[in-house]
This record gives sequence, structure tokens and C-alpha cells, in this order.
Amino acid sequence: MSTELERTESARASATAPAGVDGIAVVARTQGQMVRRRFFRHRAAIAGMLTLAFVILLAYTSIGFGPVTGWWDKTYVSTGPVIDGGRPTLGLVPNFLGGDGIRLGEHPFGQDNVGKDYFALVMRGTQRSLVIAFLIGIVVTVVGTLVGAIAGFFRGRVEGVLMRLTDTMIAIPTLIFAAVLAAVARGTGNIIVLGIVLGLVTWTNLARLVRGEFLSLREKEFVESARAVGTSPWRIIHKHILPNTVSVITVTATLTVAAGILLETALSFLGLGVQPPDVSLGSLVSQYQTAFQSRPWLFWWPGLFIVAIALSVNFIGDGLRDAFDPRQTRVRA
Amino acid sequence: MAIFIIRRLVISVLTLLAATFIVYVGTAVSGDPMQDLYGLQDAGDAERQMDERRRVLQLDTPIPLRYLSWLAGLLRGDLGQNIRGQDVSALLANAVAATLQMVIAATVLAIVFGIVTGIASALRQYSGFDYALTFAAFLFFSLPVFWVAVMLKQYVAIEFNNWLRDPVIPGPVILVASAINAVVWMAILGGDRQRRLTTLGVAFAAAAVSLEFLSATQWFADPGLGPVAVLVLAVGAAFGVTFLISGFRYRPPLVSALVAAAVGCGFYLVSEPVLADPSVWMIPLLAMATVATGLAIGYLLGGLQRRQAMVTATATGLLTGGVIMIDYLLQAYAGYAQRVRGRPISTVGSQTPNFQGDFWQAGLDSGGHLLLPTLALMLVSFAVYTRYTRASMLEVMNQDYIRTARAKGLTERTVVTKHGFRNALIPVTTLMAFDFGAVIGGAVITETIFGWQGMGFMFITGLNQVDPAPVMAFFLVAGGSVVVFNMLADIAYAYLDPRIRV
Repeated sequence: MSTELERTESARASATAPAGVDGIAVVARTQGQMVRRRFFRHRAAIAGMLTLAFVILLAYTSIGFGPVTGWWDKTYVSTGPVIDGGRPTLGLVPNFLGGDGIRLGEHPFGQDNVGKDYFALVMRGTQRSLVIAFLIGIVVTVVGTLVGAIAGFFRGRVEGVLMRLTDTMIAIPTLIFAAVLAAVARGTGNIIVLGIVLGLVTWTNLARLVRGEFLSLREKEFVESARAVGTSPWRIIHKHILPNTVSVITVTATLTVAAGILLETALSFLGLGVQPPDVSLGSLVSQYQTAFQSRPWLFWWPGLFIVAIALSVNFIGDGLRDAFDPRQTRVRA
Repeated sequence: MAIFIIRRLVISVLTLLAATFIVYVGTAVSGDPMQDLYGLQDAGDAERQMDERRRVLQLDTPIPLRYLSWLAGLLRGDLGQNIRGQDVSALLANAVAATLQMVIAATVLAIVFGIVTGIASALRQYSGFDYALTFAAFLFFSLPVFWVAVMLKQYVAIEFNNWLRDPVIPGPVILVASAINAVVWMAILGGDRQRRLTTLGVAFAAAAVSLEFLSATQWFADPGLGPVAVLVLAVGAAFGVTFLISGFRYRPPLVSALVAAAVGCGFYLVSEPVLADPSVWMIPLLAMATVATGLAIGYLLGGLQRRQAMVTATATGLLTGGVIMIDYLLQAYAGYAQRVRGRPISTVGSQTPNFQGDFWQAGLDSGGHLLLPTLALMLVSFAVYTRYTRASMLEVMNQDYIRTARAKGLTERTVVTKHGFRNALIPVTTLMAFDFGAVIGGAVITETIFGWQGMGFMFITGLNQVDPAPVMAFFLVAGGSVVVFNMLADIAYAYLDPRIRV
């Protein structure tokens, strides 16, 4: 598998595209370009990306974050009078079809029992979940790749130690491990610590896969020739082998982020994740689970957002997996 | 092989010990065990209770030493005491049964349904059925277990129980359900346009007629199968099993299956004294008798297709036995319904308190309580198995040896079941080990929601109270089973795949 540098050089060498046998123009493309083309033809992945982008924009611009204010006029902490039993004022059925008309109203997602605006609460929870998801992605990628690369490349005792550590962590079911370690983050009350802790719990899968890739790639001729020329091990790893494992890393990291979101919401549901007064989608579901009969909107909206985020990330991961797979014959690159 | 197993066993035990250390230390530092005592009114009493707790939890010794003393206790067979001084082993014994029921039921169902749908999806790649199933699998992946569980509580339990008061199926529901049934059967059986239209029509008509019949007779209020239904189902099972295993080209397997079904129905007619209130070991005994009878029938009537006939007869026998058991369960429902005031699907606890009943009523009780948690747990596992089996099956079906098998002239059925299916299953065994850990994590959540006093509940309570003993007991069982499953998966993998030299 040639790296991008070698491919672009050969592409530049044959700059003109000669007409092929059936009049199909033969265009030389780099691996990155091919992957991108295949990805953008995967409709579910595009839908996932658009949904995720929409959710991120909505969550961060609506109520704002830090010093930046948003366009939504209510905050997630201010209580007030409960109007109309807290029912949502969101209207989707237009007037001429007999509905309330398409409108947002004062409280599109309704209000909870102390009069807080539920839209602001759900947006706040989404913000928290997105931050944690992003942190999990970074930590998993960095730690998993490092451990897998070192173990796979250097082998010997280093690999033994690292793999025993990984196996020990795998022996503990993920939720249990996360529950026990999340207590550390509970003490500090800082959501960044929680994100890092959750990342430290879920990196093992990526490490195993990266190690597997490294084990097979280090036997290839281009590694042997690099070593023969006297290249240092770190340069071999990061310039020769790592670019070829990008596919595995990207796909696994994306799918781990999706699982991480569900893990965080589950922990918050059990009361072990994001602590009050801060809000998480899981803690919202937990708080209002008994209200399902009387005030179902309190239960539906956070759940729908969790599903939307996790589903989009899963579709993006699947699209990436199909895009990186060279045997994929369905979509012509 | 033996050395391989022993080596794996030793490494697994050491890994588990290291993991126990991590969990113990994590629990011990996770918070303040005296939290609830700070707010007590009586200062003297609070002081006394704090001293007592300090003694029980050994708070004056450093954490690693506490771990060592726990380990020493474990080697003596003593799991310690929880924060209230109760013996953890006793608590664990009660809790394990409840949790294991749920976890095993969910895992087995997820495996069976997941593998079947995965294979069907792979064989019909890029069809509407495949896309629908793929989307459903993705959806189930992304569902939070706790959200699903609460929705199930509302829709499946409360609404269903309400509906049972007047179990009439409305007309539009019958039409929609029949349409769905017809579409699913059409997708599964495939074929050319004429065959698809026939399947559509027949499936729609069959579903509509049965549902109308069930609704009109208010069957759900007092269910039961009766000899006629049992016979029809047994014969249907015979045909289905033969279709899967050997096809209809040769008679003997089909004949043996039908004979087995007939024997099963005959047994059903005289089974009253045996099955009215059987003891627990009667059921496995009957299962073994069924297998023996099936094998005998197949052997005697099999002719040239002896092996296939034995398999079809045994499978049909077991399925007929299952149908008979379902009939007994349904007939016990009338008596059971009175005790639960007409609400069989329960949302709290693992059994009705102070319940006394015969074998079938107890079975209904367990089932009613198991249904929702198992369903919630099953969904995610099912999605994972479907995707994995589908990917694995697709890879296998593109191999050269499948092409060779087809070129040899084997029927598609033989190619799929004998060559494709077995090889596709090999990577799935590794998945079983990994998935079991996820199911245990999910069990913690479902136990919290459905109020089961199981291991997960013990874990969460222990963690909240910063009490290591019950947490460690839970982890020993959970982590131990994960490790055992991992080892079994490795052994199965080495056994199934002849390319792996152990």
C-alpha cells in the first residue's frame, strides 16, 4: 500500500489523463481522495454528518456557552411559573390542516415541574454530552494508538506488559469500570475530568486492533527496507506504518465515541456521571422517568437527542468503514 | 490442548486478580463512607456509629492492606460483610439467581435471533429486507438501554395489561399486522414475481384470519392451544425443519419428521398425569427421551438419508415438545391471572411476593417478570450479533470454496448450511465473550429500573455507600464469568477453526 506522498508524485508525473479503452477517462487519485469520494456517496453517512452538525450548531448557538450568549432568551437555571401544565408549545401541523400552525412558541419543549424551560435544559445536556464525546474521541485515539503501536512494533517484553495491562482492563465490564472510576470525576465536579476518565476506560479495543495491524505491517518489505537504511524506530512508526493504519483508527475511534456517548448517559442516569446542578441528557431521563404517563415530553426529548447523536456518529463510522474498504464494489470511487 | 487450557486458565486467574485490585482501590477512594452519618442529630450516637463503621470497614488501615485482608478472606471462602454487617455471601446467593436468569435468557435469545437474522440478511444482501434490518440494527445500537426500558414499562407492560381487560384487536390493527407479516415473509422467501405475490397473499390471508379468530373468541383472556392447534404447529414444524435441513427432494427425512410430530401429538393427548405439575427434573428427562425417540425414528425410517432423517426427527420432536409446554403454560394462565388481578406483565421485582403455585404458574410468574428486562437487554446484543454475523457470512460466501461447492452441483441449501454457516460462525464465537461483558453492564441498569434485587443492584448500592465488599463480590461473579467466557471462546475458536494450531 503506497503512501500519499508516493501516489501524488506519480499522479503529477502522468499529469494528462489519457482516454481509456471505453472512453472512460483514467484519473490517478490518491488514497485520501478515493476515500473521500466513496464516503460522500454513502448516503446514510452524509445524513449522519448533517444531523450531527445540526445538533452541534443548535446546542451551542441556542443557549450559548461560557462568555458567548445565544439566541434563545431563556436559561436552563431560571425557574418561573408553569404555563399550561408545562406542555410543549412547539407546533408542527400547519393551520390549514387543522393544527396550531408551525411555530416555536414560548417553550417549544415544554417546562419541567418548577417552570424551567425544557429546551434550554435539553440543549445544556446536549452540550455536556458533546464535550464528553469529543474528549473521549481524543483520549481513545491518542492512548489506544500509542499503546497499540508500541506493543505491535517493539514486541518482546514491552508488548507483554502492555498487553497484560490491556487484558486486565478488558476483564472488567465497561460500565462497571466506568462507574468505579467516574467517582474520581464526581469529586472534582469537572466535566473535562469525566471525559478523560471515560476515554481512559474505553481505549482498549482500539489498542488491540492497532496492535494487530502493526503486527502484520511490520513484516512488510517497505519497513524492512526502511530499517535497512537505518531509519529510527519512531520515524518508521509514524511515517511508514501509522499512515496505513489510519483506516482502522478512524473507524474504531468513531464507533467508540458513539459507545462513549451511551456510556456517559447511562452513568448520568445512574447518578454516577454528571452531577447536579449541571445537566446531562441521562440525568434528565432519570429525573423524569416516572413522569411518563402525565408529562411524556419530559421523557421524550432528551432520549430523542441521545438517539440522534449516537445514530449519526454510528452512521458516520459505518460510512468511513465502507469508504476505507478497498474491496467495496458497490460504490464506484 | 490440555496444556493450552491450563495455561489460559492460569493467565485468566492472574488477570482477574489484578483487575480485582483495580476495582477495590477504585471503590475505596471513590468517596466518603461516612457520608450519611454526618447529618445525624445526636452527636454521641453519631460518634458511636462512625466508630463502628470505621471498625467494620477497616478505615484505619491503608487501602492496599485492606485489599490484602479481603483477599485473605476470599481464599478462606469468606466474602466479608457489607456496611451494615450482613454477610455478603448470603446476599450474593440470593442475588445471583435473579440476575443470572435475566442475563442468560437475554444472551441466548440475542444469539439465536441475531445469528438467524444476520444470515438471512447476508443471503439477501442489498435487498429491502437487508436495508431495513441494517437500519434497525443501527437504531438498536444507538438506543440507550435505560430509555428503552422505561418506554417498555409504559407501552408493553402498562398498556398491554390494560388491553388485556378487553382483549379485542381492532380492525385497522389486524390489517396493518397482516400486511407487515406478509411483507416480512415475502422478503424472507424471495423468488421471482409470481412467487413473491403468492407469498404476499397467503401470508396476509393467514395472519388476518388467525388474528380475527383470536380477537373474536377473546382468546387472550383465556388462552390455550388445544390438540388441533398443537397438531397443526407440530406438522408445520416438521415441514419447516425438513425444508432447512434436507429439502423435499427425497421423502425419508420428511416422513421421519412427520412421524416424530405424530408421536409428539400422541404423547400430548396422554400427557396429563405426567405434566400436570411436574418437578423440575422431569423436563430435562422428557427432553432426553424426546431426543432418543427422534434418533430412533430417524434411524429406522431414514433409508438412504439416515443422518438427515435423524436430525429432522429429533429437531421436530424437540419443537413439538416446546409447543406442548407452551400449551400447558397458556392453560395455566387462567388460574394465574386471578392472582395478579389480570396484569401478567410486571414491572417491579423478579417474582410476585409470596407466590405459591404449581410448576406452570410459577413459570408464568417468572416469565412475566423476566419479559421486559430481557427484552431491553436483548435489543443491543441482537443488533451486534446481526451485524457481525452478516459481515462474517458475506465474507465467507465470497470465498473460493463456496464457488467450488456450487460448481460441484450442491444445492444452495447445502452450500449455505453445510459450508457457509459453519465457517461464518467462527468469528462470532469471539464476539460472544465480549458481548457477555456488555450484557452484564446492561443488567446493572435494567435491575435499577425494574427494581430487581439482583447483583447489579448490590453493586450500585455498594458503590454509592463506598462499601467495597459487595462491589467486589459482584465483580468476582461478573468479571469471573467474562473471563470464563473469554476462555471458552478461545477454546471454541481453536476447536472450530482447523487452521489454528493450539
